[in-house]
Amino acid sequence: MTTPTTDLELVSVTKRYGATVAVDAINHTFRPGGYACLLGPSGCGKSSTLRMIAGHEAVSDGAILLGGSDISTLPPARRGTAMMFQNYALFPHLTVIDNVAFSLKMRGEDKASRLKKAGEMLDLVDLGTHTDRLPDQLSGGQQQRVALARALITRPQVLLLDEPLSALDPFLRIRMRGELRRLQRELGISFVHVTHGQDEALALADEIVVMNNAVIEQAGPAREVFNAPTTAFVARFIGGHNVIALPQGHFAIRTDAVGLTRSEPGQMQGNVTSVEYQGAHVAVLTRIAGDQDISALVPEDVFFSHPMNPGDQVGLIWEDTNLHKLTA
Amino acid sequence: MLKNNTLVGWLMAGPIMAVLLFFLVLPIVMIVVVSFWRATEFSIIPAFVWENYEFLFGSNVTYRVFFNTFKYAAITWAFTLTIGFTVAYFLAFHVRTLTWQIVLFLLCTIPFWTSNIIRMISWIPFLGRNGIANSTLISWGVIDEPLDWLLFSDFAVILAFVHLYTLFMVVPIFNTMMRIDKSLIEAARDAGASGAQILWNVIIPLTKPGIMIGTIFVVTLVMGDFITVRFMSGSQSANVGRLISNDIALLAYPSASATAVVLLLTVLIVIGILLRFVDIRKEL
Repeated sequence: MTTPTTDLELVSVTKRYGATVAVDAINHTFRPGGYACLLGPSGCGKSSTLRMIAGHEAVSDGAILLGGSDISTLPPARRGTAMMFQNYALFPHLTVIDNVAFSLKMRGEDKASRLKKAGEMLDLVDLGTHTDRLPDQLSGGQQQRVALARALITRPQVLLLDEPLSALDPFLRIRMRGELRRLQRELGISFVHVTHGQDEALALADEIVVMNNAVIEQAGPAREVFNAPTTAFVARFIGGHNVIALPQGHFAIRTDAVGLTRSEPGQMQGNVTSVEYQGAHVAVLTRIAGDQDISALVPEDVFFSHPMNPGDQVGLIWEDTNLHKLTA
Repeated sequence: MLKNNTLVGWLMAGPIMAVLLFFLVLPIVMIVVVSFWRATEFSIIPAFVWENYEFLFGSNVTYRVFFNTFKYAAITWAFTLTIGFTVAYFLAFHVRTLTWQIVLFLLCTIPFWTSNIIRMISWIPFLGRNGIANSTLISWGVIDEPLDWLLFSDFAVILAFVHLYTLFMVVPIFNTMMRIDKSLIEAARDAGASGAQILWNVIIPLTKPGIMIGTIFVVTLVMGDFITVRFMSGSQSANVGRLISNDIALLAYPSASATAVVLLLTVLIVIGILLRFVDIRKEL
């Protein structure tokens, strides 16, 4: 459809609401034609950032560049972006096909041509057979496809998705996840997806941008962010990590890189406080000196060859290369 | 058990049914019954005759008065809709904070703390031949002679109707507008719609049920009114309500009842037609 010649760049973008700063001078260049996730807890500024890119929120300071030109003062429809809203925001009084054709109608395209294009777009999202229904008559997943088709029909260079999966049940969420990924690859345009679910971000994104307290904590490819978190916040938020305070400073270590032993002393001594069977793994929570909790994710077969119980004294072992020094 | 449930259901619905039966159904039945009675100059005789209706439909006055009633309803509707929609739109979409929305909305209702009649009569010194409006216009040099048509005219009647009933349009429209998801407007803007396009393609279609409820209020109120027409037209114009009130003044109850029945049916038909256009059930 569109070739990814353009990239989206944020230049010290700031958003203030009165005295509170929602987004504090963030800088980032999104990879062209990539799938990026803005990840963070609620109130971290990720939605404000997305809404500023979309043009539904004015930029207090800084610039948003798309393909090298500043779009931060343009109206939403002229930015080359399209937004998919959290609750889909489908027009309840219009049929599916009229919802999708809405922007073409606003542009003044004649009826035959806009319905034809909308029909093609609905085929792309596998909804070609439901064109005359009203949004209320569709399931959550179908509504989402309509919203997707409506956003894509403007042929945007960047598609902005505001927590698109949060309204779906867990099963459907995983299915739609795959579908979003497929669409992004087929269309070859950039997707910027806001989410607070780290599993969603890891599953979807080429690039994860972790935000907290109005700033970007860390940005990079999904594997890099997961394997080498640079701050304690990222290590905790992305999950699967322990944050340990050692004499040399704070370190992150993946829970599955921590081993347990009863014969050797290990790097540290700990007391097992709880054992949780999780299927393929067993999560063992231990408490070490200084009241730090360390959890170890032990493969199930390894654990049950030497079972442990709460109260047992164990040694914790790890490879030093698996420790990642944290800056904060 | 099931039978028991049915009984409980009927018992719970009982009080309201009794009230409606006694205060709504019974009077209407009474009116219908009386409309078939016979009346002479000095007596009313229970009977079943069509002469009241024959007289009503045989008289030219009836048609003129009904036409006048529709005219008042239509013009008042057009004005209250325009003003009511604008006010509601301003309150719902331009006033940002809920506090201000509530404050301004209450401000709209303050005039309604006084009675209809007082508000109506207060126009008289304003619009009269030597009233404030005329003297101001003369002192500004806009006119040389006082305007006669300001008071005791169709203009005055419609002005009073609009003044009295605009709020009945504002409330339901505002209510519907407040339920419009604000992200729909953002979605429309995202799709490139201009302000006017958003109004026409999103807000007006979604406000239709509120408009319809307001329309029903205004149309039924105006069609049933007699006092406004009497005061503001200086008894120079008539609508169906005045026809009935005159009959009652002459103790011609059967004739008044017949007119009332015809008016009731007319209003019901009008509402029936309106409801064909818009489904208001979602709003109730």
